[in-house]
Amino acid sequence: MNTSQLRPLTELEALESESIHIFREVAATFASPTMLFSGGKDSVVMLHLAAKAFWPAPIPFGLLHVDTGHNFPEVLRYRDEAVEFYGATLKVASVQDYIDDGRLRERPDGTRNPLQTVPLLDAIQAGKHDAVFGGGRRDEERARAKERVFSMRDEFGQWEPRNQRPELWSLYNGRHLPGEHVRIFPLSNWTELDVRDYIQAEKIELPSIYYAHEREVALRDGMWIAITEVTPRLPSDHVELRSVRYRTVGDMSCTAAVLSSASTVHDVITEVGLSQLTERGATRADDRLSEAAMEDRKREGYF
Amino acid sequence: MSPLSTVRPSAGGLRAVGGRTLLRLATAGSVDDGKSTLVGRLLFDTNSVLTDTLDHVENVSRRKGLDHADLALLTDGLRAEREQGITIDVAYRYFATPARKFILADCPGHVQYTRNTVTGSSTADVIVLLVDARNGVVEQTRRHLAVASLLRVPHVILVVNKIDLVDYSEDVFTRIATDFALMSRSLGVLDTHCIPVSATEGDNVVTRSHRTPWYDGPTVLGYLENVDDTRLAVGSELRFPVQYVLRPQSAVPAPWAARAPRVDGDYRGYSGKIESGRVRVGDEIVVLPRTSHAVVEAIDTPDGPLDLAVAGQSVVIRLDTNIDVSRGDILAATDAPPAPVRELSGTVCWLADRDLTVGARVLVQHGTSITKAIVKSIDGALDLTFESGSVPCWVPTRSLGLNDIGRVRLALASPLPIDPYREHRATGAFIIVDEADGWTLGAGMAGATSFRAGSSDSPSSDLQHPAQPGRGSS
Repeated sequence: MNTSQLRPLTELEALESESIHIFREVAATFASPTMLFSGGKDSVVMLHLAAKAFWPAPIPFGLLHVDTGHNFPEVLRYRDEAVEFYGATLKVASVQDYIDDGRLRERPDGTRNPLQTVPLLDAIQAGKHDAVFGGGRRDEERARAKERVFSMRDEFGQWEPRNQRPELWSLYNGRHLPGEHVRIFPLSNWTELDVRDYIQAEKIELPSIYYAHEREVALRDGMWIAITEVTPRLPSDHVELRSVRYRTVGDMSCTAAVLSSASTVHDVITEVGLSQLTERGATRADDRLSEAAMEDRKREGYF
Repeated sequence: MSPLSTVRPSAGGLRAVGGRTLLRLATAGSVDDGKSTLVGRLLFDTNSVLTDTLDHVENVSRRKGLDHADLALLTDGLRAEREQGITIDVAYRYFATPARKFILADCPGHVQYTRNTVTGSSTADVIVLLVDARNGVVEQTRRHLAVASLLRVPHVILVVNKIDLVDYSEDVFTRIATDFALMSRSLGVLDTHCIPVSATEGDNVVTRSHRTPWYDGPTVLGYLENVDDTRLAVGSELRFPVQYVLRPQSAVPAPWAARAPRVDGDYRGYSGKIESGRVRVGDEIVVLPRTSHAVVEAIDTPDGPLDLAVAGQSVVIRLDTNIDVSRGDILAATDAPPAPVRELSGTVCWLADRDLTVGARVLVQHGTSITKAIVKSIDGALDLTFESGSVPCWVPTRSLGLNDIGRVRLALASPLPIDPYREHRATGAFIIVDEADGWTLGAGMAGATSFRAGSSDSPSSDLQHPAQPGRGSS
């Protein structure tokens, strides 16, 4: 008899179990779920959890990527490998196609993040998807702190934070009207540190740009921007070859690198000070915090 | 070779990380009890606040002419909502120490207090209830405690806040603690503890205060780090609602599963989360609501088979016989399984603007099943204004409105194997759903309440001794 199990679950076991429970509820109660997959670390963790939730059967729904056309090539390569590795199927909705045929216009600031909405909603409608898994976490920002695990979207794909269903026990209610769909957030209760710890514990590989690598970058307004086709060298740039990594794998035009020598998940955790997160007392302006601040600036329209 | 070839489930990997456990809390208190400051203090003192957020708080505090950071501003979102007069909602916050990760359901105090407290309490292991030391136990405290009791939250701590404003008086604290103990006993609260705190000054939140030498118990965080995880003890009989039947058709597993156990073509596994108790290979179980018996042949996970699985774990169970088991069924211990009932009586917290009336057609969601139901009777609403030492009374009513808590009897279209909520939180709970638009209308708890409520008129035997579900009421 294995008595070692007669103990409370660890934090990661509990979070994994909760997410698996959510995946199975959705697969059992919705007609046509899909899962957003970008190759970013949160979506990779979601994919891994989905695979575990339905083992030994294959994942009973497909994946959907809204490709801005500004993705890092390393990430796209990784995306396709991961899809194959987990035995999943992938549909790609392309912002570039929409721009090419005039359904969308390039924004003056060059970022394509806001342009993803239309192709996403079209893909949801075309696939008749009634449930869409997303990697959002409640610790990401204040508004998110109130989002439900099952979050209703109206016909326009909009979230109405003032009028959410109460969510009690683990009795998730996904009933909805025709035309509506439900966004599902299996990682709601995970924090950034949980995601990193889980990646390490489960030995999940991430796209290479999450780890330190040499790249030509220029410092613009305090942010290290890679010199790429999408973000070509400006006359004012002082281009340097530096060891950098990325914290997110977003649109190349608006994703900055951080200087880093961390080449493993463990190194990254150590480097960003997450492992000291729980050390009481001292407040530290470490990398993690300044990186988060940077993301906030992005959100507030820096780009 | 794919760079992903190292991706594989690693048995025991999740256990290896820190061994940190997870605890779910909910806060409750009136508006001016200092709840935001206490939550802010917990986040701040456990280093769970981002520096940019902290910069913001410090700037705002400075502008307000304060010489210290106003920690209440860390939960600013709620405050902004309040000022705008829009719906105030439960917000989830996260903090951690080396021992535990905490998920805190921050339930705003005044508006829609019942709806929020019920939602937050439904998943909570611990309720952190606040009072202002100058006011002691007030009506709101009694209401929150009654809700915590109804929801069977295993632990309640009373934070006697602003103890600095009563000069750290032991007498004041003892008086409040005595009042609270009296109230907890009559409400049948399972486990309580009182802590004298100044959230503003930091006394006894994370660090022990030398200004309360007469108090030798733990700090708030110390209590939360050490309080028993009751999940293994509470409701020790197995309850395993079947979520999804796994019958892999394809013989070729994805590369990621190469390290997982191999399965044969006839595989038929029942996936779900163990809601209470434990299950071992070789255990006899009963499949509800059909009451057919079977033996557990295997407990599978992609990380390898288990001999034993416990409450909280998501697993796949295989049985020795090919009886028909599907989603909505519950695998239960053969010892005292809940009998499937066609009539369900329980306590319902009403969460919607539209009223519940007799004759209403609704849906009842329980475990992994959902069934149609008709409201047969509403046998009273709980009057939550009561004195310490007494209990709330049932008052006659024809309907339940937003934030009402009532006794409701429902006729079910198909039988549900529902437990008394007092004994099994997960499988004694149900939600009431609007058949037309799918809205979640109410939170239900089957069977008798945690305390024997009084009756304001001539006592009815039904109200005094509400029928146990599953014990022959149909």
